[in-house]
Amino acid sequence: MKKLLLGNAAVARGAYEAGVNVVSSYPGTPSTEITEEIVKFEEIYAEWAPNEKVAAEVAIGASIGGARAMSCMKHVGLNVMADPVFTVSYTGVNGGLVLCVADDPGMHSSQNEQDSRHYAKASKIMMLEPSDSADCRDMTKMAFDLSEKFDTPVFIRLSTRVSHSQSLVELHDRENVELKPYEKNIQKYVMMPAMAIKRHVVVEDRIKSQIAFAEETELNRVENNGSRIGVISAGITYMYSKEALGDKVDYLKLGMVYPLPEKKIADFVKSHDKVFVVEELDPVIEEHVKALGVNVIGKDAFTLLGEYTPAMIKKAVLGEDAPESMALSETIPVRPPVMCAGCPHRGTFYVLKKLGLVVSGDIGCYTLGATLPLQSVDTTICMGASVSAAHGMAKARGAEFNKKLVSVIGDSTFMHSGITGLVDIVYNKGNNTVIILDNSITGMTGHQNNPTTGYTIRGEETKQVNLITLCKAVGIERVVVADPFDVKNFEKVVKTEVECEEPSVIIAQRPCALLKSVKYEGVCEISDKCRNCKMCMKLGCPAITIRDDKVVIDPTQCNGCGLCVNVCPFGAIEKKER
Amino acid sequence: MTKNIMIVGVGGQGTLLASRILGNTVINEGYDVKVSEVHGMSQRGGSVVTYVKYGDKVYSPIVDKGEADIILAFELLEAYRALPYLKKGGKIIVNNQKIDPMPVISGLAKYPENIAEKLPDATVVDALSLAKEAGNIKAVNVVLIGVMAKSTDIPYENWVETIKTTVPPKFLDVNLKAFELGYNA
Repeated sequence: MKKLLLGNAAVARGAYEAGVNVVSSYPGTPSTEITEEIVKFEEIYAEWAPNEKVAAEVAIGASIGGARAMSCMKHVGLNVMADPVFTVSYTGVNGGLVLCVADDPGMHSSQNEQDSRHYAKASKIMMLEPSDSADCRDMTKMAFDLSEKFDTPVFIRLSTRVSHSQSLVELHDRENVELKPYEKNIQKYVMMPAMAIKRHVVVEDRIKSQIAFAEETELNRVENNGSRIGVISAGITYMYSKEALGDKVDYLKLGMVYPLPEKKIADFVKSHDKVFVVEELDPVIEEHVKALGVNVIGKDAFTLLGEYTPAMIKKAVLGEDAPESMALSETIPVRPPVMCAGCPHRGTFYVLKKLGLVVSGDIGCYTLGATLPLQSVDTTICMGASVSAAHGMAKARGAEFNKKLVSVIGDSTFMHSGITGLVDIVYNKGNNTVIILDNSITGMTGHQNNPTTGYTIRGEETKQVNLITLCKAVGIERVVVADPFDVKNFEKVVKTEVECEEPSVIIAQRPCALLKSVKYEGVCEISDKCRNCKMCMKLGCPAITIRDDKVVIDPTQCNGCGLCVNVCPFGAIEKKER
Repeated sequence: MTKNIMIVGVGGQGTLLASRILGNTVINEGYDVKVSEVHGMSQRGGSVVTYVKYGDKVYSPIVDKGEADIILAFELLEAYRALPYLKKGGKIIVNNQKIDPMPVISGLAKYPENIAEKLPDATVVDALSLAKEAGNIKAVNVVLIGVMAKSTDIPYENWVETIKTTVPPKFLDVNLKAFELGYNA
């Protein structure tokens, strides 16, 4: 049976069919739906871990315990899990272990554009790269077999366009894979110097046998159209090339991007007059090919930046222009993402902006606090950095600066890696104010449960991490809970906490406006008491705008949260029945 | 020959569901299909673009400039933004709703005037009113799918069948009504 599946859903399907038993992940666009789809299969144990390192370790443990296991993450999540990954490369596996990493060329929803293929080479772990959903299903299923055959973890490398495109997939039944026996094996699984030295030898031998495999596997296949021009590509750029160039060129499709074949590539290049390597981001394949001593055209013809398109490839390889297209006769306004109408973070940033504070920011919807008109956030680096970087800033600039400085971090991000920064503040006598934006869910990636929500990935009730108790336990004496929509009180709380002479945590508590459980009655409306002072416009609410020089609220956009009612100095905004 | 459809709108307007209804309908007609979606940050009130491509064999899931046979736009400014993607002789279906982007709200830019007149050969629909009539303003997406369905040769019942399997049962009646209103608009 064929079905239209998202690339991510097809990865989940492949894992299901391969008999995967344990999946542990942390959400991250564009990888999130893999684990969300896994949950739909009741036979599989699945969980959201607090971060990617924990997720990988859970999967590693499951593999050593004899099960087929998987962990899925976005590219920057691989940085977080890198520590165990480099060493599980040495130990190898018991049950098949697959790590899915989704890159985001073009940065649709990310803070950088790193190329995860470097990790495969650096950690000496085999990496497969699918081009569409059918590949996703096939390669994921195959990855579990390869993992066990070569005694190695296997990466599946995805990209936004593969993860988030739907195409047809042939569905098969689930394989019944027995749990492998657990055997104590200190030489293999205890990585201290004496054992690791021996395991490194195994790793290098393994790569050699994988290169031999790369030469013969159908994962790396030549498509001959009798052309003198050749194209080497992998992943989505293979599909773009096929679309752009059709049968005008020959192809070497690399389904396995680490380790790469040598003879197959050299033979392909030598049998053509001109060969292009078409790969988004870094010249990973190109450099490998050039190191073989054969000449190809890569980044001389293509950019290192962002996503490619078939039109770009057509131009670079065949010199053909794109079809004529209409040009706009005027410059039109951009439409960047914004915090939703009713977003609880809006109240927080309104107050922080009003107080003129330096805001050490973090990763989540609330990164949008850096955009117009609030522009409150000063820095965003990575998950958890809001807390630790603010500590560094305060140590660098001193007590007076610290009174103008706060960190903002979401509940899920705080559990991911904010708590360790808070421990650092307490331990090293810092005096920071950390605001945990507790919206009762992991927001940006589309509402995943986390340790602070009290529910598991399957929506079952579980112990809930109590943020107040947690912060107190690490030594924060001042923990205040405040509603960011009660702007007067919230402002008072923030002022008090930044002024005081000890570290403190403010828990800004209000649920995400998109949660089904959040229902605000009515709709906000501007009455004739309005003096057009535009105070409400400072909120940057997408529902409040200007029409004919007057402030109006668009009822189709307003969700009735009432934050504007709270900031209007003239009581001119009222809640009306919808 | 591949047919390229581009669905554009503002994050939160339900373009994703529209592209899924479209994708699943053309599959049942026996075509090869690719649907490219947008998730994550860009979904938060920003410009969103999804592509649906179908034909005997589809390789790339994305549509380049000058290649869209149909642009189905959920908002006027987004239709205008997508114009360079329209193929010569292609068709635009646009909801006449205006949603101000933040640069306009902040007073840094002006919402372009008379957009509908600048779109060649566009079908302009008041999808919001029709969605209201169907019983839920969120059904704008299915109203617009209805308008588009009319211009294809896929039978009415086939669309209804996909809607039945794609939308949650709770909202089925509203969506079927919305589709009907769009189809007959």
